[in-house]
Amino acid sequence: MAGKPKLYYFDGRGKMESVRWLLAAAGVEFEEEFLETREQYEKLLQGGSLLFQQVPMVEIDGMKMVQTRAILNYIAGKYNLYGKDLKERALIDMYVGGTDDLMGFILMFPFLSAEDKEKQRAVIVQKATSRYFPAYEKILKDHGQDFLVGNNFSWADVHLLEAILMVEEKKSDVLSGFPQLQAFKARISNIPTIKKFLEPGSQRKPVPDDKYVETVRRVLCMYYDVKAN
Amino acid sequence: MSGKPRLTYLNGRGRMEPIRWLLGAAGVEFEETFLETREEYEKLIKGGSLLFQQVPLVEIDGMKMVQTRAILSYIAGKYNLYGKDLKERALIDMYVEGITDLMQMIMMFPFSPPEEKEKNFNSIKEKATNRYFPVFEKVLKQHGQDFLVGNKCSWADVQLIEAILAVEEKIPAVLLGFPQLQAFKIRMSNMPTIKKFLQPGSPRKPPPDDHYVETVLKIFKN
Repeated sequence: MAGKPKLYYFDGRGKMESVRWLLAAAGVEFEEEFLETREQYEKLLQGGSLLFQQVPMVEIDGMKMVQTRAILNYIAGKYNLYGKDLKERALIDMYVGGTDDLMGFILMFPFLSAEDKEKQRAVIVQKATSRYFPAYEKILKDHGQDFLVGNNFSWADVHLLEAILMVEEKKSDVLSGFPQLQAFKARISNIPTIKKFLEPGSQRKPVPDDKYVETVRRVLCMYYDVKAN
Repeated sequence: MSGKPRLTYLNGRGRMEPIRWLLGAAGVEFEETFLETREEYEKLIKGGSLLFQQVPLVEIDGMKMVQTRAILSYIAGKYNLYGKDLKERALIDMYVEGITDLMQMIMMFPFSPPEEKEKNFNSIKEKATNRYFPVFEKVLKQHGQDFLVGNKCSWADVQLIEAILAVEEKIPAVLLGFPQLQAFKIRMSNMPTIKKFLQPGSPRKPPPDDHYVETVLKIFKN
């Protein structure tokens, strides 16, 4: 039963991407099963694998885990990326909460109409540059350490790098004015496990395209219009 | 500096209510500062207390904590409501996240436009009875224990009783067909700290009304 974790999701980023990042950062190899048809999804549902009838689902250590946050918490705890005590965990949780909210603005982006996409792009950049990036810039500046929490590489660092790269895909110069984050980005990208994940051929997924949107809509029967948040 | 935790939020449930519940269940007394005007909120932001310019804010153990989940995890961990190991924590996290998805629908409900209220109401009813309650009914039935995880009261149990009561406020007969949850509700309601929290005069907040919705829109207008 013990073996590589197995991820069940679409062949694309969505809510599973942060899980891929964290496993990769921890140097953990994993397998993936990609949902392509409604039938596959219904089979998973009928088999009782999806506690709340939803993916992501990750088979790990004998558990069929669902709920992205629960999965991430477990991986972080298991691979020592969750700080050394309750207070460090509190900081990591706070910081990850922020980057999660930021990436949340990007999550629904591919599903928006062309007109809403332009508006949302502006929202993403505005939130990143006036709410989130300044917070992390200050944290790094104040303690002058390489990592966000406890002078040790943690989940918070992985999540922030993921968020930075995602926002840069929407506006490539978004880090100008954030020298600490620029240095942070370079440092974390050079960590061997992360460097490997950033190379072509890794399990990192590309920016979602129309095919991805079609697949999600088809598998989840999600044919309604998606509004920006 | 150390003393009771202080909660800063509006005088209503919103995102702070699960925190009030968890502190209440843990038997921890706390103080509250209620935001009533936009000016008070802006002052808080300028003062640098809000890491991401948002409330909830909980001052606890020398930290100015934001992000509801982070706050709840910290409280759960501190007061031994987070299971005994990584695997129990994984179960608690899964259950709590599921319940939070349901509670999110309830939380957003007062803010839905009038023409969407009926649809959203039905959605809450459908999800509670077809997606969430059946899961917890089954969990309790399968292990036959009093609590969801590890035969011990945890954050998951507190979150579930909060959700049950919140849904019942909208759909009084919602627990029909869920005998395990009915028994669970009675058991949890009778735990001394929770019983106290359920009594008038506790920090528990009433269901959101028009005044609360107005205050939220006024303070958080973007």
